[in-house]
Amino acid sequence: MTAFFLIVAALTIAGTAAAMSLRNPIHCILALTLSLVGFAALYLQLGAQFVGFTQVLVYVGAVAILAVFAIMMTRSANPPEGQSHQAAFSSSWLTGGAIAAVIFAVLAWCILSKSTPMQTAIQQPDVSVNQIGDALMHKFALPLEIVGVLLTAALIGAVILAMPERRKTL
Amino acid sequence: MTPDTIDQIFVIAKHWLLSYTPAPLQPVVSAALSVAPILGVFPLLFAITTVLERKGLGRIQNRYGPNRVGPYGFSQPIADGIKSLTKEDIVPRTADQFVHFLAPLLLVMAAFLAYAVLPIGKNMVITNLNAGVLFFFAVGSMVELAVFMAGWSSRSKYSLLGAMRAVAQMISYEVPLVLASIVVIMASGSLSTVAIVNQQANYTSIWPHWFVFTPWGFVGFILFMIAATAESNRSPFDLPEGESEIIAGYYIEYSGFKFALFFLGEYLGMFATSGLAITLFLGGWSAPFSFLTWVPSYVWFFAKLLALICVFIWVRGTLPRLRMDQLMGLAWKFMLPMTLLNIVTAGVWHFMPAGFVRWLVCTALLAAPFALLSRGLTQGGKKLQLRTYRFAE
Repeated sequence: MTAFFLIVAALTIAGTAAAMSLRNPIHCILALTLSLVGFAALYLQLGAQFVGFTQVLVYVGAVAILAVFAIMMTRSANPPEGQSHQAAFSSSWLTGGAIAAVIFAVLAWCILSKSTPMQTAIQQPDVSVNQIGDALMHKFALPLEIVGVLLTAALIGAVILAMPERRKTL
Repeated sequence: MTPDTIDQIFVIAKHWLLSYTPAPLQPVVSAALSVAPILGVFPLLFAITTVLERKGLGRIQNRYGPNRVGPYGFSQPIADGIKSLTKEDIVPRTADQFVHFLAPLLLVMAAFLAYAVLPIGKNMVITNLNAGVLFFFAVGSMVELAVFMAGWSSRSKYSLLGAMRAVAQMISYEVPLVLASIVVIMASGSLSTVAIVNQQANYTSIWPHWFVFTPWGFVGFILFMIAATAESNRSPFDLPEGESEIIAGYYIEYSGFKFALFFLGEYLGMFATSGLAITLFLGGWSAPFSFLTWVPSYVWFFAKLLALICVFIWVRGTLPRLRMDQLMGLAWKFMLPMTLLNIVTAGVWHFMPAGFVRWLVCTALLAAPFALLSRGLTQGGKKLQLRTYRFAE
């Protein structure tokens, strides 16, 4: 529980909380981006350099931009004026709180029931890019190929969606 | 003063200064001492580049550049800096104030972060990350978000259009940029920039082992430079910010110092990508010939950086602007297949025994598809005819 972890965790949680509660959808996406960067910082603190940088590259560089484009293209970007303010203790708060409490209870039960103290210190696996590449090429070669097929399908789908339609001449 | 001392003078100075600081403060002071030169040198280089560019472009266009302010106009950046600092900061009333303020800051921050992994000289890198090249590209992808924030928050049709075009262009060209650098990672077996430069710093007789002197390295370097020009929105890829097309695109509504920050961020991004190109392909801080290693390493790095900047300015003054669909077609239809072929060629190069046959095979593997692809992409080889004009009678 170092100071660095506390600060980054606070930033991440603040970002996600802001993403849920801000009015303007674009502000929500930017707050979500802040929390994604916070996750990347946590990965880096755990020593996973490759995953941390890939998180920034993929999430901030691609997913966040996709989300802002999606929100921008649909017309929900302007916050609706004259929104009725919900009462302080409406029924949606009750259901939301109940679901959150149930999830918290399940997670806490899982973590507490499995946390037998480790007798020997686990040797921290040295995850370097070499080993990730090695694993991808040998042990996980089939998932790699399947992901490649999935990406090709997504690319073809995107091209078909963006292609101008050809009108059949009568 | 041996050549080695002059070469390592900054490292020695930093260690000397660190020895006088108390132990608990040492990490902070060490970080500050590493970062401060970057914060000082590269904006200075930005200032020099602005005046070089204006005079260079002027000479290419058969006119003088600025020649009033200092000796031959070389104090123009000082005048520009004072002007941008004292201009009124106009923010549109309907603009998104918070995001409008944050966008230039994010851009400049992302641009500065990229210098953390560039080895400026021997033993002179801020951090030697194991995944250095990946860090560089991750930070570069934050620039796109800043560009979008700038265009969106201005609530102006021109800036939104410019931002969308700019983001589409930057995302499209990020693919060839990363793929072109993968060949170097394959050849050197490491993502760390320091390891890549150290591998290129050897010499056989007098010739250096730079990656640009191999077929795949040469093609990779050219593809990387084209993608770098597009990534920093420079001519001939500057449709999103062209003055005659969209009147400065996504930073129309910025004035004064924020505009200067955008300019600074764009140029810093250009220097950073050039610095990465130098690190990956041109041997970083190593000298071109083995009898020139007495010149300090940081002098070589900045000499190569200035050469690349001059090439950027030269290309800007020479080539016309590409239209948006031509730009995207170039990225996806030409550069992406060429980078993939380049990766295959680098693999072939690695597994063939060294000799003349290897050069021949790899050059053919690259030159033939290039010829075929460019011929196929010019719409079936339309013959260029003498242009005839029809005027109204």
